[in-house]
Amino acid sequence: MARELWEGNQAIAESAVRIGLEAYFGYPITPQNEILEWLSRRMPELGRAFVQAEAELGAINMVYGAACTGARVMTSSSSPGISLMQEGLSYIAGTEIPVVLVNVMRGGPGLGNIAPSQGDYNQICKGGGHGDYHPIVLAPASVQEAVDLLPLAFDLAEKYLTIACLLLDGSIGQMMEPVELPPMREVKRREFPWATTGAGGRPRHVLTSIYLEPNDEEKTNLRLLKRWQAVQENEIRYKEYFIEDAEIIVVGFGTAGRVALSAVRAAREQGIKVGLFRPVTVAPYPYARVAELASQAKVLLVVEMNAGQMLEDVRLAVNGHTPIEFYGRLGGVVPFPDEILAEIQRVARETPKMVADPAKVWLQRMDAVMDK
Amino acid sequence: MATMTPENLVYARPQAFTDTPTHYCPGCTHGTAHRLIAEVLDEMNLTGRTIGVAPVGCAVFAYNYFATDFVEAPHGRAPAMATGIKRVLPDRIVFTYQGDGDLASIGTGEIIHAAARGENITVIFINNANFGMTGGQMAPTTLPGQKTTSSPNGRDVELQGYPIRMAEMLATLDGAGYIVRRSLHDPTSIRKAKKAIRTAFETQVRGLGFSLVELLSTCPSNWNLTPVESLTWLEEHMIPYYPLGDYKVAPAITAAKI
Repeated sequence: MARELWEGNQAIAESAVRIGLEAYFGYPITPQNEILEWLSRRMPELGRAFVQAEAELGAINMVYGAACTGARVMTSSSSPGISLMQEGLSYIAGTEIPVVLVNVMRGGPGLGNIAPSQGDYNQICKGGGHGDYHPIVLAPASVQEAVDLLPLAFDLAEKYLTIACLLLDGSIGQMMEPVELPPMREVKRREFPWATTGAGGRPRHVLTSIYLEPNDEEKTNLRLLKRWQAVQENEIRYKEYFIEDAEIIVVGFGTAGRVALSAVRAAREQGIKVGLFRPVTVAPYPYARVAELASQAKVLLVVEMNAGQMLEDVRLAVNGHTPIEFYGRLGGVVPFPDEILAEIQRVARETPKMVADPAKVWLQRMDAVMDK
Repeated sequence: MATMTPENLVYARPQAFTDTPTHYCPGCTHGTAHRLIAEVLDEMNLTGRTIGVAPVGCAVFAYNYFATDFVEAPHGRAPAMATGIKRVLPDRIVFTYQGDGDLASIGTGEIIHAAARGENITVIFINNANFGMTGGQMAPTTLPGQKTTSSPNGRDVELQGYPIRMAEMLATLDGAGYIVRRSLHDPTSIRKAKKAIRTAFETQVRGLGFSLVELLSTCPSNWNLTPVESLTWLEEHMIPYYPLGDYKVAPAITAAKI
């Protein structure tokens, strides 16, 4: 297939169609409207299910119902809408059925704004709904990577009977890039042994997330955790750039990681031994690899478009072994490569210090931004 | 004991039921409503291609009693789940079974929009004027002056608002095909309720749009009445506020002469 210029949201929507999306349910919210709009035309013309729901609550529960039939189903939303979907996501997790969620983050909290943000990392990675569960979260840094990870999201959701989330921000959703989309595939309804499709000719199927007897609920939780353990063992993915001889290792996911790569390249040209580690699965998090890198590097610089949410995972992985620095822009502000370059230069210049909380030191430096 | 022959068989457990005894309180009309649905599924031979959607409320375990496939929805969201199922399996029969807390309180958005979209699903709506499962709290359907565990001095409409007549409200929507209210307080009413449930499923089978049967029901445990007193209370207090009748019967359904 040829490379074509596609907007991120539309590329994701069209790719979903081509890899066999059978049903989409959603609700308008910026900056992901183009997914809903694209599918409102494409799904009906292909005879597939599309409903613009009355709210995100309705949308996620339509997804829940459709997923119970074994259909390949997806929804998409952005921060406030994802908050509304948390109820359904918890039920879906508790029912152990596959669902794909495209989460296009914007500035928050509250109504926030419609600019790109990574402020919902904790919400999705740590399970914003009630109860013990873990969605699989994939964080692309470009439109091409989003399109490439989408089939993986469906495959993982179906393999592990869980929620797989494509986590991006408004900038990837709305920018146009040259991209190669997957070819159109025939839709094949998978025959899942649990699907509620009508009990004709077989014992009936019941799908529920209720286990009134605590011992049964505990067993269900343990089953979910065992499955999550298998995900942790088998599905870690990340990208590394200039890591081999790096003394400073920048850690960033999604757009922050992509901007950081420009800064890393510029710093390399100045002779700074710096590399970039970009987690692709942010849940499961590549703790073991970060721990290895921490033993190689003199210092890690975590860069995010939030107040240091992934930083907590890096700290967990590093476990006090290596100094960590943090640089974050938030509330819809995207860092420029120059800002990250300046941070890399500062870190290269200073003697790395072990501090109890890297985000606290960063927050002091942000006084300059607050006073502007 | 005489051998059972088809000639003297007057009563049997519907095939659409499992063998599980229900957990409902003595005198509660949920069992009656379940049975009517099961009889209709038998008569229409639908069990093998039906998917039920259970609510949150006393009927949360409805899926234990029907021989059909079943899913269990979050509180109030059954019409949305039913929409998702029906849209990917349009040739299957999808019904929700919801109480008044589920449908008329937390789930108003889902039910109104499912009806407005004309989703080709069937909703059985149990109105017993309180939240049964959680211990008899006030519901949107609780009558003015009715004492509940969260309106201990009786529902004061100045402070707690007025009851919602769901059937009348939903009947205003163009997407609704068949919207009726029936009662389960005496044998005549129960027969009429069954006919309405049959018509609702026929509406769906024929693709004639959204169908809902509201069933006035008793809750002896939370009303603090005996089962027989509850039936009288329903007749004397609920029916005047919630008149029985057909609120929307689309011309195509009338023409189908079900």
